[in-house]
Amino acid sequence: MNNRVINKRLDGLFKALGILTTVFGLSVLLVLFIDVFLDGASRLSLDFFTSFPSRKPEAAGILSAWVGTIWIMAVTGCIALPLGIGSGIYLEEYAPKNRLTALIEISIANLAGVPSVIFGLLGLGLFVRWFNLDRSVLAGGLTLAILVLPVIILSTREALRAIPFSIREASYAVGATKWQTVYCQVLPAALGNIMTGVILAMSRAVGETAPLITIGALTYIAFLPQAPVAFSGEFPFIHLSLQGLFDPFTALPIQIFNWVSRPQKGFSVNASAGIIVLLGITLAMNSVAIILRYRQRKKTRW
Amino acid sequence: MFKKKEFQKLKEYLIEKLLFLFSLVSILATVGIVAVLSFETFAFFNEVSLLKFFTDTQWTPLFVKKHFGILPLLCGTLLTTLIAMLIALPVGLISAVYLSEYSSEKAKNIIKPIMEILAAIPTVVYGYFALLFVTPLLRKCIPGMSGFNSLSSGFVMGIMIIPLISSLSEDAFHAVPMGLREAGYALGSNRLQVSLRIVFPAAFSGVLAACVLAVSRAVGETMIVAIAAGQQPRLTLNPLVPVETITAYIVQVSLGDTPHGSLEYRTIFACGMFLFVMTYFLNIVSYKLRRRFQQVYE
Amino acid sequence: MNNTAFSIKQMRAFYGAKEVIKGVDISIMPNTVTALIGPSGCGKSTFIRSLNRINDLIPSFRISGDIMYRQKDIYDKETDVVELRRRVGMVFQKPNPFPKSIYENIAYGLRIHGLNIKDTIDEIVESSLKKAALWDEVKDNLKQNALTLSGGQQQRLCIARTLATQPEVILFDEPCSALDPISTAKIEELIHHLKQNYTIVIVTHNMQQAARVSDYSGFFLLGELIEVGRTHEIFTAPKDKRTEEYITGRFG
Repeated sequence: MNNRVINKRLDGLFKALGILTTVFGLSVLLVLFIDVFLDGASRLSLDFFTSFPSRKPEAAGILSAWVGTIWIMAVTGCIALPLGIGSGIYLEEYAPKNRLTALIEISIANLAGVPSVIFGLLGLGLFVRWFNLDRSVLAGGLTLAILVLPVIILSTREALRAIPFSIREASYAVGATKWQTVYCQVLPAALGNIMTGVILAMSRAVGETAPLITIGALTYIAFLPQAPVAFSGEFPFIHLSLQGLFDPFTALPIQIFNWVSRPQKGFSVNASAGIIVLLGITLAMNSVAIILRYRQRKKTRW
Repeated sequence: MFKKKEFQKLKEYLIEKLLFLFSLVSILATVGIVAVLSFETFAFFNEVSLLKFFTDTQWTPLFVKKHFGILPLLCGTLLTTLIAMLIALPVGLISAVYLSEYSSEKAKNIIKPIMEILAAIPTVVYGYFALLFVTPLLRKCIPGMSGFNSLSSGFVMGIMIIPLISSLSEDAFHAVPMGLREAGYALGSNRLQVSLRIVFPAAFSGVLAACVLAVSRAVGETMIVAIAAGQQPRLTLNPLVPVETITAYIVQVSLGDTPHGSLEYRTIFACGMFLFVMTYFLNIVSYKLRRRFQQVYE
Repeated sequence: MNNTAFSIKQMRAFYGAKEVIKGVDISIMPNTVTALIGPSGCGKSTFIRSLNRINDLIPSFRISGDIMYRQKDIYDKETDVVELRRRVGMVFQKPNPFPKSIYENIAYGLRIHGLNIKDTIDEIVESSLKKAALWDEVKDNLKQNALTLSGGQQQRLCIARTLATQPEVILFDEPCSALDPISTAKIEELIHHLKQNYTIVIVTHNMQQAARVSDYSGFFLLGELIEVGRTHEIFTAPKDKRTEEYITGRFG
């Protein structure tokens, strides 16, 4: 009898502990948000977005940082999306069961577990030195593309696997080829889940700092990569150029790191303001992904 | 009609080959990592003996009097990892048991996405938090604590890893068949007994896989320690003084302008290689454990 | 013999090392309904799925023997599988509409075969749905997602989808096993109508259904075709004792 009472108490105690631990992480998150917000909110202004970094903290801004981040993300996306989704399709729909396929799968699993800083060393040795891309937008984008590649491949595969085999059978039965089946039926049905994975992967890339530092991305940059589209008064008025790919860059997380590591108070305020912007981007991307996944789950019942 | 089909067959063929080439990139990337690391590491060990690397107790490649002993860096890495796991393990596991066995489906659907957000925060933000919030706070309680230390970076790293442990372990608990729980309840156990004596042991290898993966993540984590743990390679277990981890050293060298091909340049690849091998083994162990777990509950 | 649709000699089929069809000979006449009956696991589904080579999708599947469709070996290296599947359509056990609109479900087969004229597609969508006796129920909601239809409607949509590409043969693999009796009756009626224009092969484990809809019946047991003949003969005077035992309900 006594035993049972003790057990019941223990159960209640454990439940309380469970709630406590679960809330623990979340409350730290909350504290972090509040702390960052209190420190940095006052610094957020239009000037902050349109100014270059500076030695004077009150004059410094994140112009080159956010422009650089957009450049890097564009390059990363253009490379990692086709490669990642394509590999996912190949492995799930085409690949024969043989040693080469097994090797590809092992490589992906391995890449997924490699610390991000090592991708930076890869970028440094391969892209910066060997390909002679120097510390350019292209080198940074390539490095991050390889970093997010396994994430995109794995989520693409998972999304494709969720599509019932009967859909493929139905398509073949009306005389579709393999690619028609994949492109017209399987891929559209899986697209929601693939996009969820892609957005999550890209949101990870936005915040990646270590690989970019390792490839030697400069931290003080007072100019922007050459814009891909420029307008002028002379014919043909619009000039397209990819020269910017080869320009040096900085990115939001690097700029934040730079400011965090300076002792003056003014810079840490700048860092918090930068973090608010960075968190805004990552949280927005994550929310979109979560909502997308939720809607997808509700929509399709096979 | 005939021609069109030939064209279609060619198209099918080309698409398949293209997709195949895409998937080869993963192999190339893996080979690339190993090749780049090995190349510079070999060059490094041409100048520094392996024995020295593993036994010297000082790491001072950037000083005039150079020492190349990885032990202080390894010590820093293990110390921060240990502190992180001391936080993340109990919190993550208890919250996984709670989410899997106690909480309602509704609460789970709210908590899990928030946990995901915790995992999605860029590590540079955690680094900021460790250096400019946690450390000042701890210094008020612990006098004599240095501005850079392994305690606050380890603590924040633990927070970062909680979602990883909690969600992977929760998956493992979830995979335990309902029948086992029912058997437990039928014998008159209460929820706590079922959770801890039936579900937890049944999911043990899955949970262990999650923990090993978490260690791997902590070992490879860079920004938090680079920002908040300091840059002083030191063979110590004191959590209050500055240390340097393997990853932080790589960042430190990358920030400076180390000439390509110099010995200092090569140290970061040797460190990278060491880190790569370490995380590789941890990942393999985690994978094997997970496989074993999955085989039990097919 | 030259006017057969399918002429099959010594068909053997394997999943890995397991032999599931052990030397089957059968001829299937055009514009007839042939029902294949037998207990589950007897190879009848594997058999019908070999006729449009949909089993090729299963990696461990192997087949041998002469499987001729209109005097051509369908397992020949030169065979265009895509063209074969267009000519030999299939309706599956569980309704499997694409997760798209009703209209798109039918238009898909046409588009992939190179038809892009909207008016013609519209016409064929309508006529196929009419032939599948679904038009009246869905004509106002062609843009509606096919997954919102009832099971019976979905299966008729799948039939309409098959009809749209104008096949010569339609294979039905237990088309009513997931449906209620009313939907089953509708589909049986449909099969009866389709006989005039198509060669039909239907796998069923429901003997009454076989008796109702088919002209010929074949009885499969453990991978062998025990007996094949006119349906009323099979059901009234089977030659083989095992057929009789199955039909009278002693096993299966």
